[in-house]
Amino acid sequence: MTVRVGVVLFPGSNCELDAMRGVEQVGAEAETLWHGDDTVRGVDAVILPGGFAHGDYLRTGAIAQFSPVMRAVREFADAGGPVLGICNGFQVLTEARMLPGALQKNAGLKFLCTDVVVRVETTGSALTNQCVQGAELRIPINHFEGNYVCDDRMLAALQADERVVLRYVENPNGSLDDIAGICNDARNVVGLMPHPERAGDPLVGSADGVVLLRSLLVAAGAPVPVA
Amino acid sequence: MTDEELEAVIAELGREPSDLELAMYSVMWSEHCSYKSSKVHLRRLPTEAPWVLVGPGEGAGVIDVGDGLAVAVRIESHNHPSAVEPYQGAATGVGGIIRDIFSMGARPIALMDPLRFGNLDDARTRYLFEGVVSGISGYGNSVGVPTVGGEAVFDDCYRGNPLVNVLCLGLLRHEDLVLAVAGEPGNLAVLLGSGTGRDGIGGASVLASASFEAGAQTKRPSVQVGDPYEEKRLIEACLELYEQKLVVGVQDLGAAGLSCAASETAAKAEVGMDVDIARVSRREPGMNAVEVMTSESQERMLAIVQPDQLDAVLAVAARWEVRATVVGRVTGTGRFRVYDNLFDAVGVPGANPTPPRGDTPRAASSDAPVVADVPAGSLGDGPVYERPVARPDDLDARRADDPATLLRAKFPAGTDLGGELLALLATPTIADKSWIWRQYDHQLFLNTVRGPGGDATVLRLEGTQRGLALATDGKARFCALDPRTGARLAVMEAARNVACAGARSLALVNCLNFGNPERPGVMWQLSEAIDGISEACHALGFPVIGGNVSFYNASGDDDIDPTPVVGVVGVIDDLSSRPPGLDWRDGDTIVVLGDTLAELGGSEWAAVVHGLRGGTPPQADLDAAAALHGLVAGLVAGGTVHAVHDCADGGLAVALAEMAFASGSGCVVDPASTASLTPAEWCFSESANRVVVAVAPDAAQAVLARAGAAGVPAYVLGRAGGDRLVFTGALDVGVAAAEHAWREALPAVTRP
Repeated sequence: MTVRVGVVLFPGSNCELDAMRGVEQVGAEAETLWHGDDTVRGVDAVILPGGFAHGDYLRTGAIAQFSPVMRAVREFADAGGPVLGICNGFQVLTEARMLPGALQKNAGLKFLCTDVVVRVETTGSALTNQCVQGAELRIPINHFEGNYVCDDRMLAALQADERVVLRYVENPNGSLDDIAGICNDARNVVGLMPHPERAGDPLVGSADGVVLLRSLLVAAGAPVPVA
Repeated sequence: MTDEELEAVIAELGREPSDLELAMYSVMWSEHCSYKSSKVHLRRLPTEAPWVLVGPGEGAGVIDVGDGLAVAVRIESHNHPSAVEPYQGAATGVGGIIRDIFSMGARPIALMDPLRFGNLDDARTRYLFEGVVSGISGYGNSVGVPTVGGEAVFDDCYRGNPLVNVLCLGLLRHEDLVLAVAGEPGNLAVLLGSGTGRDGIGGASVLASASFEAGAQTKRPSVQVGDPYEEKRLIEACLELYEQKLVVGVQDLGAAGLSCAASETAAKAEVGMDVDIARVSRREPGMNAVEVMTSESQERMLAIVQPDQLDAVLAVAARWEVRATVVGRVTGTGRFRVYDNLFDAVGVPGANPTPPRGDTPRAASSDAPVVADVPAGSLGDGPVYERPVARPDDLDARRADDPATLLRAKFPAGTDLGGELLALLATPTIADKSWIWRQYDHQLFLNTVRGPGGDATVLRLEGTQRGLALATDGKARFCALDPRTGARLAVMEAARNVACAGARSLALVNCLNFGNPERPGVMWQLSEAIDGISEACHALGFPVIGGNVSFYNASGDDDIDPTPVVGVVGVIDDLSSRPPGLDWRDGDTIVVLGDTLAELGGSEWAAVVHGLRGGTPPQADLDAAAALHGLVAGLVAGGTVHAVHDCADGGLAVALAEMAFASGSGCVVDPASTASLTPAEWCFSESANRVVVAVAPDAAQAVLARAGAAGVPAYVLGRAGGDRLVFTGALDVGVAAAEHAWREALPAVTRP
């Protein structure tokens, strides 16, 4: 089957075309989901892309969580559908309480666009089911607010339940416990600050993001690719 | 406006102008909008080539890049606003240039920022530097156009007057080209985007067209404030309007605001336009006609629409939450007329009970008061001046003051130059700039094959095998000594960078930053620089497709060094693999293409490390440049070289050091010391027309042979490898220590 991936378009999103290209490259059909529509139109997976939804005014992701489409995304996730929040999408998922914690300004108080190396901490998530545990992937980050925080109890729970999906090998932004990405209890909702769609081709410097997007498709019901 | 210009207005109108008319002429005839001092010189630039689709004069130049694709390119300055308010000045510079590009029907896909600042020892300069970088980052990242390259040069002449030049490139299919024309009478002018406020009133005349220094703070209300979120929605809305073929023409609102946009679109179509200021949606009450018509509030576009497509246009705008209001109607009168309360909401005169926003609702009427009535073409047809031109008196003395003798005495053969190299690597102009460009999203749209930090930026053209190479350069210190040669050198360097990506150069845009044009010496610099650009373009085979002139750049009474900045765009025919970067492999043979002469005049080593700013700049041999560029582009495209690097600021020593940092491994080279060239000159001379390549040892002979066939001198320098930079008999420093000096210079001065 061909997996259909819906990429939510908020006003101010800007990585939606890149996310669509990323999943199309690994065999999915991609379509945009308009923020004002109260439906995910029967897609098999949802991506909340990077960018500056609603200008990130007030606080990153703070306004986007109230978009009509987010009710449908929540229902889709509650029913077990895979949902991936990349960068601004991760911020929206935390504001929407679909993932715990929050993302505050980078420790250096500067926007950072640079390659980082992340380590796969669990293969039990919608983003990493095709990865090798412990694998190190070179993937760009591109954010001002990527410094993950949560309270001690939540951190203990994330650690105990192996819900930290990716960790930075060298922490670029001050994130608690080097966290680059986490998942929810059911492991179908994943948020990460790095941009896997930006590491889709050696021509742009790395193809290490391909395995992550492929994992999302498998979580959405695509057949496991032959290695 | 001068008394003579006022007389010209009165002659044009046959009467005294109204307040609004006077304000509109005053802004439209300002230096910034009218190019009145530079026009006679700009005409000498070559602007034609078979691949040019749109030359200078439109929102942006457009060239054919093959496969049915075209790119639109423009460069502009936002120097004066950035000197007054660095964050907003830079941010709105980015916003403005992006609008120029999408007003042509193109999707903006890349920004580049050539920047100039004073000495970073100065606290205010640090404030300006950090503010400008933050403004570019804050606006560019959020608006969703990647900043893929640029330059940052530091020199005391920019102390009170930083230069913030911004280049934007957009991509379009040939058939999607949109021009700023009004079309037939009866068409409607729809104002899209932000409300009109009191910000940026007269920005073009107050800030950009006069000297300032004392009292700069009081000019802050003339700086506009940017809203990248508004602009992002405006981009998407406009691109959707083009996609659905709903507009006849589009013009962005920049300098002189609605006055300029509305009158220019009418003048280009040789028609007229009636504008109703009561229909212009405002941010605050109490604005008068002059404020509404000359406001430079950001994020606004004027679309020309056929009446039967108005509903569809308004629907697209509503979907993107972009304000859209009919503010004008194209007429056959040839007049540009401004009314107060003429129209209803669909542009029909005389039926409007309540204006959408404004002060007091009044009944619109077809006999609404006319507040301005001028020939549409007259606003854009400003005066042209042939200002006096004179070679500066002190130039010969400066040129005679060559640093060579002094430096030869101080650094004879046998001197250890390790400390000199470390000092040079730590000058802000040469030091690592990743502190700047890591704050910019330089990857969006997945096109960035080679980003900032190398010679040229390389972008792939999605859906094709092709790629683009882009580079900007400016050589102000050389221009101060000889503007014609310096301008040639800037064009040569940008084109050489493009060649290092394996590309052939197709077009150039220029941003001409100069001092006060009322001084004959400054006009001489401009005239010479334009001739230099012109000569280089002729010799290297590409035209000028657009540009911008910024005058009145000065710190106190001192004009800046003449700073023509050029951007060159080239195309790579086969981008199936990544062009080589700066990183060589251990064991590679290092070859320099091109001759090194004892040319230290204006060099970074002489001027910044030793404070010797006199002398003559390096020779600018254009025939040698053409041969070198062809050779390098061929070697790179042919996959022959492992690494390639332009040799410019700081000379061979800096070029080799940067390659070592990129590779994480050093080199052992032998300076070709001769009677006519000391090791120091070999290391730090900035002779033009040189490129360093690293190749597998068994490929070196073939490279030398190809160079010989191309008439390019070529020399084997030595071998890559080890953890030291060893220039036999001249210096021996650890790569790590040198890299530390280079990497830490900018972060160290910007740390709180």
